Amino acid sequence: MSTLDLPFATYFDIEKAYKSIHSLGDWMGIRFHEEIDQYRSFQNEKSKSQSIVVNSGVMIEAMINGQIAYAGTSDLTNEGILKAAHQAVQLAKSTAPHKSFLFDQRVRPSSQGKYKSPSKLSFDKMSLGEFSDLLIQTTRHLKVSDQIVSAQADAILNETLIQYINSSGANIDQKFLLTNHNFQVVAVEGGHTQRRSLNGQVARSYQSGIEIFDKENLFQLCEQTGREALELLKAENCPTGTFDLILAPDQMLLQIHESIGHPLELDRILGDERNYAGWSFIKPTDFGSLQYGSSLMNVTFDPTVSGQYASYAFDESGMPAQREYLIQEGKLLRGLGGLESQSRSNLSGVANFRSANWNRAPIDRMANLNLEPGTTPLKDMISQIEKGVLMKSNISWSIDDYRNKFQFGCEYAQMVENGKITKTLKNPNYRGVTVPFWNKLKAVGTKEEFEIFGSPYCGKGEPSQMIRVGHASPPCLFSDIEIFGGE
Amino acid sequence: MTKCPVSIKYQHVEQIESYYDQLSQHLFSQLQAQEEASLYLQTEDQSYLRLNNSQVRQSTYVNQKEIELVLQKNHRKISIGSNLTGHFQNDKDKLSHILNHARSECESLPPDPYLSPLQLHESTDQKFSGQLPPLEEFINDLCQHTQGSDFTGLAATGPMIRASANSLGQRHWFSTESFFVDYSLFTKNVSGENKAVKGCYANRDFSTKEFLSQLETSKLMLETMKLPTIEVPKGSHRCFLAPAAVAEIMGMFSWGAVSFDSYKKGTSAFQKIANNEVQLSPLFTLKENFQLGLCPRFNSSGEIAPSELTIIENGRMKNFLISARSAKEYSVTSNGADYNMWGGEYLRSPEILGGNLPESEALRALDTGLYISNLHYLNWSDFQNARLTGMTRYACVWVEKGQIKGPIRDLRFDESLFRAFGSELEALTLETKIDPAIDTYHRRALGGKKCPGMLIKDFRFTL
Repeated sequence: MSTLDLPFATYFDIEKAYKSIHSLGDWMGIRFHEEIDQYRSFQNEKSKSQSIVVNSGVMIEAMINGQIAYAGTSDLTNEGILKAAHQAVQLAKSTAPHKSFLFDQRVRPSSQGKYKSPSKLSFDKMSLGEFSDLLIQTTRHLKVSDQIVSAQADAILNETLIQYINSSGANIDQKFLLTNHNFQVVAVEGGHTQRRSLNGQVARSYQSGIEIFDKENLFQLCEQTGREALELLKAENCPTGTFDLILAPDQMLLQIHESIGHPLELDRILGDERNYAGWSFIKPTDFGSLQYGSSLMNVTFDPTVSGQYASYAFDESGMPAQREYLIQEGKLLRGLGGLESQSRSNLSGVANFRSANWNRAPIDRMANLNLEPGTTPLKDMISQIEKGVLMKSNISWSIDDYRNKFQFGCEYAQMVENGKITKTLKNPNYRGVTVPFWNKLKAVGTKEEFEIFGSPYCGKGEPSQMIRVGHASPPCLFSDIEIFGGE
Repeated sequence: MTKCPVSIKYQHVEQIESYYDQLSQHLFSQLQAQEEASLYLQTEDQSYLRLNNSQVRQSTYVNQKEIELVLQKNHRKISIGSNLTGHFQNDKDKLSHILNHARSECESLPPDPYLSPLQLHESTDQKFSGQLPPLEEFINDLCQHTQGSDFTGLAATGPMIRASANSLGQRHWFSTESFFVDYSLFTKNVSGENKAVKGCYANRDFSTKEFLSQLETSKLMLETMKLPTIEVPKGSHRCFLAPAAVAEIMGMFSWGAVSFDSYKKGTSAFQKIANNEVQLSPLFTLKENFQLGLCPRFNSSGEIAPSELTIIENGRMKNFLISARSAKEYSVTSNGADYNMWGGEYLRSPEILGGNLPESEALRALDTGLYISNLHYLNWSDFQNARLTGMTRYACVWVEKGQIKGPIRDLRFDESLFRAFGSELEALTLETKIDPAIDTYHRRALGGKKCPGMLIKDFRFTL
């Protein structure tokens, strides 16, 4: 009987491969990257889609005359590795006269070490039949009424191995066990549709074993999700106006991601991304001086949070990963940039030089980016609001190419009037401009209310890459925000 | 043309074709009774050059071969994808291993009631060769001829292959050699603000002369962007959407709008059009048109789509895209659509038909309003009313009496397509343009969109 532990791991001798190529350039590096993904999807108690993807290959780095070039190949034979190494060297030589910066070995430190995701129950502790049955039961618990026309349970189980050796002496081995699950419903009544999910479509992303699928807890949450979809069918549209806004942690994840994470990426500030996702409103001179948000705003880059989706020990240049404050008491201190961007900009950064897979060169990415807890419990936020809206779970997102003007929508909202939640609202949206918005941060929830989420799908780069990010936050209160609903 | 000293050589298509046929035969010969299988191949041999200010920021060569085996057995289906080395002797054992695991999955999985048996359609074979630029010359063209324009972007060049075969004997092959240079030029205008224009040169045959000619056009537009910024207040404005902006909106149609599965579940943005509650403008016709030749007609399961399928005709819904699975689930006929988990069935080669406004008359017809070259980061803000939000980007200018007055500061829009492509659609341009696919997530994409520019009487901007 199949278990969830798949028999596809590739044996690849990275040390032998490195020895075969190390003398071809001034400096050489080799990264072996293998991901084994299971995509399990069930809808209305039936199998919808079952797939497995085994993605493995190597990326060779060659540094010639201060220019680094890359060659990735899925041909893991000796011949294939050697060919890729020659191609990387040739590409480095050809592009060196046109290089954007003269790099040296300082951007590839000699780190050595290992990392392994925390987990209690490895994937071999559950059979495929048992797991399928669990997801089928989940769809049953989501369907609390005949008005639920679609009850869907999706899970992604991932095992990743990244090994890296380079001429600086780096030797790194990192193993990840990752899970994502998405349980959602579509409810229909009289031609009107509403969608509701557990925390938004991809938010429940963690480093964990199979223990994350805690049956009783999930069944309870699924029933609540189904009931909230029915509430939305009966609900009024979110009102239009300027009100106080409370964002739950499962919407804060998107707010942090789009309006803090992307604008602070140093490669965006340096202009690398201008033809694709865009530039940034942040200028190098803003670090150390810009009041990004109110004094309640404290944001960390933290790859050390156990179980958070994008925790790791080293980035892909070999830089050791550690917790850093990016924004403290509202003031901008540090950007999201790895050693290459730090060299180019003379700004301080973090260990976030990451690639999506073996076939892409690393670039500056988020990883775990968290809003640190404050001291105001959610109930106290609600009690101080005369008229406001509490929004949960992202459903729509859009922001400009400098990361200023945003508009976000949520699945579910509640009206807050005179210190109390009074009714459910459908189709809630809000819009704003990044720095004024964060300066309207009026209260931050407590550490007990701090919730961890993430996403497997942060897109960026040319050629483009989807990468995993983690975001954690308590609920937050913002004053005087432009809020509106559907038509 | 200088001789290229760089010895990056792309693998011959014929070699890969022979390898793929060997793999397919090896796999299908191992199948047991009651087993059906298909094998889908995607390969690329690409050089990617990322540029910032006419300098090479990163360069990456990628050689990847991906195979997807689908096994159907006892009403179960499992898909297993894997990278391969490209050497038959190395890969045949791996494929056998994958097949064995697929069998064990089929024994453990519950049945899929909406699974369709594999089908034997006609086989197809399309091979497009190109004159790709020698790499060293390509690098020089990109870095030297663009100096002074803050040229930033991505160039990709090399062959791509898609192939599908199944155990019933069907075989499809599509290979193409092509390149694209997707770029932005930047400047500061007299108001001290960053301004930019967007360009894309893509083809099978590279010509330095054609590239430089297109670059000159972009540079001319960049000069216009140096004019003082015009403050345009939020609110409703008459506007002209250039084809690239229309193409961005077309991209959203594949977020559920044209999917039959989404329609049946109530999550299509075109629900009200299909239910005849709303009608778009009689000027608006949307098709899936594989005659554009940008991507194969066969989908990842090897099913063949019609060469043309009208989705919306003169403002009225004619067809949704229907995959084999949706066809079985809802007892309708498949039209060979592909399906993804996020938006259901999606467009692979869409076209909006042109109208009768000559492009050269667009500014005069606009008279006073916004000329929008590009849109950015769209999303449904109220899908049941086909309401979209997004941003203006690049060369968006304010026009008065048919004359460009200057660039605007970017605006956010939030507008229903029922209005924009319905009651407010005044004209479409006679000429239509191809917006080539430049997506490079996981691998370089095939395909593109063809569309005209659109003159819209009233379009709502909110921020």
